[in-house]
Amino acid sequence: MTEAEQAESGAVTAPAVELHAVHKSFTARRGTVVALADVDLTIERGEFVSLIGPSGCGKSTLLRVIADLLQPSGGEVQVNGKPARRARLDQDYGIAFQQAGLLDWRTVQANIELPLELHGVDRAERHARAEELIELVGLTEFARHRPPQLSGGMQQRVAIARALAESPALLLMDEPFGALDEMTRERMQNELVRIAGETGAAVVFVTHSIPEAVFLSDRVVVMSARPGRIVNVVPIGLGARTDDTREAPGFYAAITQVREALRGLPVPQTVEVGVSVENALRNSAEGAL
Amino acid sequence: MNLRRVGVTLLPPIVFGVLFVGGWQAFVRLEDVRTFVLPAPSDIWHSVTEAHSRIVTAAGHSGLNALVGLLTGVILGVALAALAARLPILGGAVTPVVAALAAMPIVALAPLLNNMYSPLSTLPRREVVALSAFVPVFFNVLRGLSQLAPVHRELMQSYAASQTAVLRVIRIPNALPHFFTGLRIASSLAVIAAVVSEYFGGLQDGLGSRITSSVGASDYPGAWASVLGSVVLGLVFYIAAVLLERLVLGSRATSPV
Ligand SMILES: Nc1ncnc2c1ncn2[C@@H]1O[C@H](COP(=O)(O)OP(=O)(O)OP(=O)(O)O)[C@@H](O)[C@H]1O
Ligand SMILES: [Mg+2]
Repeated sequence: MTEAEQAESGAVTAPAVELHAVHKSFTARRGTVVALADVDLTIERGEFVSLIGPSGCGKSTLLRVIADLLQPSGGEVQVNGKPARRARLDQDYGIAFQQAGLLDWRTVQANIELPLELHGVDRAERHARAEELIELVGLTEFARHRPPQLSGGMQQRVAIARALAESPALLLMDEPFGALDEMTRERMQNELVRIAGETGAAVVFVTHSIPEAVFLSDRVVVMSARPGRIVNVVPIGLGARTDDTREAPGFYAAITQVREALRGLPVPQTVEVGVSVENALRNSAEGAL
Repeated sequence: MNLRRVGVTLLPPIVFGVLFVGGWQAFVRLEDVRTFVLPAPSDIWHSVTEAHSRIVTAAGHSGLNALVGLLTGVILGVALAALAARLPILGGAVTPVVAALAAMPIVALAPLLNNMYSPLSTLPRREVVALSAFVPVFFNVLRGLSQLAPVHRELMQSYAASQTAVLRVIRIPNALPHFFTGLRIASSLAVIAAVVSEYFGGLQDGLGSRITSSVGASDYPGAWASVLGSVVLGLVFYIAAVLLERLVLGSRATSPV
């Protein structure tokens, strides 16, 4: 095996995301905000991980650090076994934000083709790929429509298709379903589980909804605010997801677990119990002061 | 557009126009208003039919000044806005100057510009028109080019896209509706500037010159006939700008009517 091949195979087996002691602070005029403190997290290939926590705890910041849209103040960020910047330049991830961020003057098809067009993929190949993706997200009849003619849920599906355009090994999503009604949201969750399964992509998913995090994820990462840090990681062992999963007793048990982790209570059955207890103690100590 | 919709859009202004002109005619005749105060529409119409070909010729001269000035102003406005958007230092230097220009009635420059050229030159008028048209185009295009939604900025950053790609894929398409808003305003201003700049002497071949010379000769219906010619010329420019916007933008067009 040559060195290049070794590097190649190394990249293939490397985790999707590796964070070591990641720290991020913002300096504003009124002082310094520590958005992320001492974050360690490894996300395996094909793994679905949700980030949950109170508003302002640094979920979006963490996602942007992984995406190399923000530089960490300290620590190390590896994506697909490479530095985050290299991974961004190599288009190793696809990203979807809370706002769909579509270009209103382009058709659905042309919106999905945007990353391919920017990276010089030829026209015929672009069309073929976009058609595949449009089918994947169930918008075949709307390929020629423009975003203002679509509902919010349809626009989000276009944004997800666009994020998948270059078959990334990693999908980063920041509250993509935040603006949707409950029914649409559940349908989109079902579709996302299916798409993640079909493409084999790892997903980092930011959400405020506990049931959403539990339904989608292999692991739920619970964060706390000021400074933003990971207080707990709850593994969810629900097996293959179906609509029945939402009614299963295990589903509710997992929801309770995540909720208690969010409250800073010790969580039984999880690996990181120690961290959580420590945190609960620290919280009560702070309260006493 | 179907006939019914055209009818529904056109009927109210036609009815209003007929009532307005009818009321005007009745008022002048019944109150016996003197012509130098306000001539009756029938007198004005008489002047229009009498001097028809001369009004058209004059409108052609004013219209050509307006068109050449407008095109010059639009090209300058787009070019400078593009530079100002690309080089913020230049933008910071140029924008206040253009803002000062916008605060001043540009036709006030006409007599000064007239002095710089031969009395037979059309250049001073065209310069006034170009300056007037430049201002709204510059500001609107600059705004359109400068707006970049954070989500689009981050998206393009995630694609590792160059500034040139951002310009081509997002900034320019984003600026197009703003450009047409500027063009619509500029097209009306161009005709106003072309006609009014003729009030201050120089070559006597346009609608503005006809208005001043008719007033000088106490031919008030004749002056009003030339005003009517200016109104029509202004409408032609405005409608042309709206049609161009529709043609290019389709359903993204923002123009009224
Ligand atoms: N560009 C910035 N400049 C200064 N402070 C920032 C910036 N971005 C984020 N912050 C601060 O960092 C902290 C974390 O913000 P972040 O957006 O990551 O939170 P979040 O967990 O995504 O919150 P939400 O759930 O409300 O989206 C907040 O206190 C925020 O005020
Ligand atoms: Mg956020």
